[in-house]
Amino acid sequence: MTSPILSVRDLERRYGDFIGCTDISFDVWPGEVVAIVGESGSGKTTLLNCISGRLERSSGSIQYHMRDGRFPDLADLSEAERRFLMRTDWGFVHQNPADGLRMRVSAGANVGERLMAIGDRHYGEIRDTATEWLGRVEIAGDRIDDKPVAFSGGMRQRLQIARNLVTRPRLIFMDEPTGGLDVSVQARVLDLLRGLVSDLGLAVVIVTHDLAVARLLSQRMIVMKNGRIVETGLTDRVLDDPHHPYTQLLVASILES
Amino acid sequence: MTLPEYNFAYLDEQTKRMIRRAILKGIAIPGYQVPFASREMPMPYGWGTGGVQVTAAILGPDDVLKVIDQGADDTTNAVSIRAFFAKTANVATTTKTADATVIQTRHRIPEAPLSAGQVIVYQVPIPEPLRFLEPRETETRVMHGLEEYGLIHVKLYEDIAQHGHIATTYAYPVKVEDRYVMDPSPIPKFDNPKMNGSPALQLFGAGREKRIYALPPFTHVVSLDFEDHPFQVQKFKQPCALCNATGVYLDEVVTDDRGGRMYVCSDTDHCETRRQDGHHGTGLPIAGQETVKEDAA
Ligand SMILES: Nc1ncnc2c1ncn2[C@@H]1O[C@H](COP(=O)(O)OP(=O)(O)OP(=O)(O)O)[C@@H](O)[C@H]1O
Ligand SMILES: [Mg+2]
Ligand SMILES: [Zn+2]
Repeated sequence: MTSPILSVRDLERRYGDFIGCTDISFDVWPGEVVAIVGESGSGKTTLLNCISGRLERSSGSIQYHMRDGRFPDLADLSEAERRFLMRTDWGFVHQNPADGLRMRVSAGANVGERLMAIGDRHYGEIRDTATEWLGRVEIAGDRIDDKPVAFSGGMRQRLQIARNLVTRPRLIFMDEPTGGLDVSVQARVLDLLRGLVSDLGLAVVIVTHDLAVARLLSQRMIVMKNGRIVETGLTDRVLDDPHHPYTQLLVASILES
Repeated sequence: MTLPEYNFAYLDEQTKRMIRRAILKGIAIPGYQVPFASREMPMPYGWGTGGVQVTAAILGPDDVLKVIDQGADDTTNAVSIRAFFAKTANVATTTKTADATVIQTRHRIPEAPLSAGQVIVYQVPIPEPLRFLEPRETETRVMHGLEEYGLIHVKLYEDIAQHGHIATTYAYPVKVEDRYVMDPSPIPKFDNPKMNGSPALQLFGAGREKRIYALPPFTHVVSLDFEDHPFQVQKFKQPCALCNATGVYLDEVVTDDRGGRMYVCSDTDHCETRRQDGHHGTGLPIAGQETVKEDAA
């Protein structure tokens, strides 16, 4: 029997007296894509940043299944362990690629950084691996020495994805990964993501306010409102047969537009 | 006219004690950047106020001071700093590497090997080797603390990707005692191997950035590289035109306005000593000028 890769219980994050998110409990299973949806200000980013160790929680537990079989709370890991996890076993794809890339170094170095961070010291091998990953995100090999500033928004986002996947992580967090892109390039990035996620068997927690993105990528959905989960379930079920009035409103508003 | 009253070596004793504490901490943790309360010195920051403060803190009345700038004892910067300590500390000064007990330097390590009991003080403009790719000080501090040094190799990777080889020739990053990555100040990488296992005490002072770091004698210092692009020092095709020395760092000197040039020791003391010892190069400047005149005639 397998166990969850990530397990969140009674999570709360306050900003002073204001509640960013509260009463959050859910599991993420290996290879599963979970979408967190909800209107602006509902606490999606707050939740994602807490569970990815980027923001301190106010209370609750967040356990991660390490490769060695341990299942510690992230708070019990040393800072060194946590940071190591973040650049090996995890990935984080930001909405704005500039937040997740080094804009002043080449595409090859952007992809190679994690390899160098874990001790790879052979230039030729690092470059070969970078070339391979650029190919997997459909960036031509001859762009390897170009800096991301010379790339289009879609290319930057694909580069950010490659940079995250090069260490073969098991869990990826994404905050509106296609949110900043033109509609015309969103589809390509989404297709690519879907292919990579299933090829690599990645577990993904993706924040989006776009229900079409949730439908395309995720198996399970968490609907948030005012910092709380109002409904969870299989994505198709939630979208086709929403139970909570807020979800019904959300789905209806999409159908209308 | 009455001269202003200075404490010995300009700084007051309390400040010197504070700087010495930072130096001692630096020596205890080789390669670690120790913050210190850098003082205003009567010279601009670009002049090596960090090095000057370190020198002021360690100087005793019996010391013999040598100051070099890019290897030369006679630049304005070197002459001024030497004069500053001759006046404020009344110490003996020298241009001879072997005679000095304290050597303050900007951008070079002397060619003559340093010996036990000598102290070399480097003037450092930017002490943080990670700053190039990570401007946030809070983040670089954590990186040093957790030994996360992948970024240094990102920079070296970029060098190779752009130039086909590691093109960093100055301030080439080193790893100290297999722990801290350190910026050796803008010395040519040619000098990097001299830092490794040196019997001299090496101190680094960054005035504007308020950092001191140190390499105690016989510290293990390794220049970072890739397996397939190993660290190499600059090599010169010809010996020094003045003293015929090989295996030393040479500066290019333009000898006329028609593109004539020659390569001479950047370490002026080393070059002069060799010439006094009877060594001659092929391109002594007088001969060179005569040739030019003949050509022009
Ligand atoms: N640093 C902060 N300090 C105070 N309040 C904050 C902070 N960050 C977020 N909030 C508040 O917490 C609530 C949740 O914000 P969050 O960014 O998590 O929402 P979101 O669902 O990601 O919204 P969006 O779709 O606009 O990105 C909002 O009301 C926001 O104003
Ligand atoms: Mg958000
Ligand atoms: Zn010479």
